[in-house]
Amino acid sequence: MLEYWLGVATLTGIYMIAVLGVSILTGFTGLFSVGHAGFMAIGAYTSALLTKTYGIPIVLGVISAMTAALFVGLLIGYPTLKLKGDYFVIATLGIGQATKLIIENLPDITGGARGLTGIPSGSSFTTVLIIVVVVIWILSNFLRSKQGRNCVAVREDELAAASIGTKVASYKLLAMGISCALCGLSGALLAHYMQYLSPSMFSIVKSDELVMTVILGGTGSLTGSIIASLILIPLPEVLRFGAIQEWRMVFYGLLVVLVIIFKPSGLMGNKEFSIAGMKRLFKNIGLKTRHGRVK
Amino acid sequence: MQNKEAIEAILELKHVSKNFGGITASDDICISVPRGHIYGIIGPNGAGKTTLFNMITGVYDTTGGEIYFKGKKINGLPTAVIAKLGIARTFQNIRLFGSLSVYDNILTACQKNITYSLLDSLFRTPKCRKQEKVMAEYCEELLEAVGLIEYRDQQADNLPYGLQRRLEIARAMATTPQLILLDEPAAGMNEEESIALTVFVQSIRDKYGITIVIIDHHMDVIMALCDHITVLNFGQLLANGSPDEIQTNPDVIEAYLGVDDEC
Repeated sequence: MLEYWLGVATLTGIYMIAVLGVSILTGFTGLFSVGHAGFMAIGAYTSALLTKTYGIPIVLGVISAMTAALFVGLLIGYPTLKLKGDYFVIATLGIGQATKLIIENLPDITGGARGLTGIPSGSSFTTVLIIVVVVIWILSNFLRSKQGRNCVAVREDELAAASIGTKVASYKLLAMGISCALCGLSGALLAHYMQYLSPSMFSIVKSDELVMTVILGGTGSLTGSIIASLILIPLPEVLRFGAIQEWRMVFYGLLVVLVIIFKPSGLMGNKEFSIAGMKRLFKNIGLKTRHGRVK
Repeated sequence: MQNKEAIEAILELKHVSKNFGGITASDDICISVPRGHIYGIIGPNGAGKTTLFNMITGVYDTTGGEIYFKGKKINGLPTAVIAKLGIARTFQNIRLFGSLSVYDNILTACQKNITYSLLDSLFRTPKCRKQEKVMAEYCEELLEAVGLIEYRDQQADNLPYGLQRRLEIARAMATTPQLILLDEPAAGMNEEESIALTVFVQSIRDKYGITIVIIDHHMDVIMALCDHITVLNFGQLLANGSPDEIQTNPDVIEAYLGVDDEC
């Protein structure tokens, strides 16, 4: 039983990395993607095939997975992110679907729709946990830097961002690159955890889940994305037990609707959890109560 | 004197024109803004004032003519590059980073002196920390100087209108420009607010030596501030001169008030 929950925790960590990537793209830079599961697939199959067929170390496999996803992401982003309008979203829809179809139709290499087996095992709970912590640390550094602030400026107002010297298209591309590399990483870790891959794991539903988790957590909040991942990713597993078993997807949908109705800006809005912030909050509460007493 | 001023022009528009399809928004405009001046551009609605700003900042490409900033041709360059060269602007309909705090609005604009790379920021190297610290101090100073320090942590969207305008100008100043273009900064302001604005704009020029080009309909603001005024009408240059000259120019009076047919 413990092993089962450890598995759920590991998977949560793995998917959280992809959610954090999409958070940078959608939450902080304001770009919507409906195909990021495609980049997870690219990462997963790259690492799986390289380690299985050529026997290269898993670490190198994971790095090449990130590189491959990054490369394809930039290839798609470069021409479409300069355009105004919905071209980028359409392109991500295309790449998401195309990746899945290509994998399905190359049975000799990828195992096709039946799936790919015999992938070397590598992602334990501990390694995933360490990687998640490192990713969160790097991303929070990024968001406190000039580059991170420029991404947020692009989300807030592109023209105003350009007027203070932000190269809008470059920062969109940067956000795309970061999100794709992280999705590639997530995919590769998934491959080495499951030791089995099939194209159906990377359907458009998965892409939607990634975006939905970010939105529910609050666009523009890394903490929000983390909390939402911790709740939403294991939720179908938690609901697997007891009498509610058949109702779990209904329950999942209901939860999403409730958040949209009662907290449209997401669980955290655009606020971050920080120790300084908590201190300020308690101070304010303290001040208010003290004022109350005086009156 | 006239000649010396021409040499010191920080911004020069030479025969600039802009067509949108068949409509001529700007037609053969020649303007020369001397360094350190507060330069006014006025004209009735649709005279092509904002179009001019959009061409200077690279939002629109010019159809004809050239724009020089500090002697360098800038038309055709992207907006971000022009901003880095030292031209900042505000917008007619305020464009703040609405969901960010006042402080973050300013901090985001401070990027000219930041030299650390993406890798520095991902791993928050000492180089990054050091520069961030310098920037943070600079932002606090700027907020103090423009009188927004008490609103430091407020969300920009929640500020009162007059302060939003002020924040937008402060954000423009944070890019350490040599030239600021103000597009109707007094629009929608009452008497009291526009007097405060006049004092504020005056202080930017006097304290920081920033050249200012200002578009506005508030004649009291324009006449109090500007060293020189250009009047546009239907995309064409109508008059050029000091505030006194403009106020008595019959063409300008005609453009604003119309011709009396019964005379």
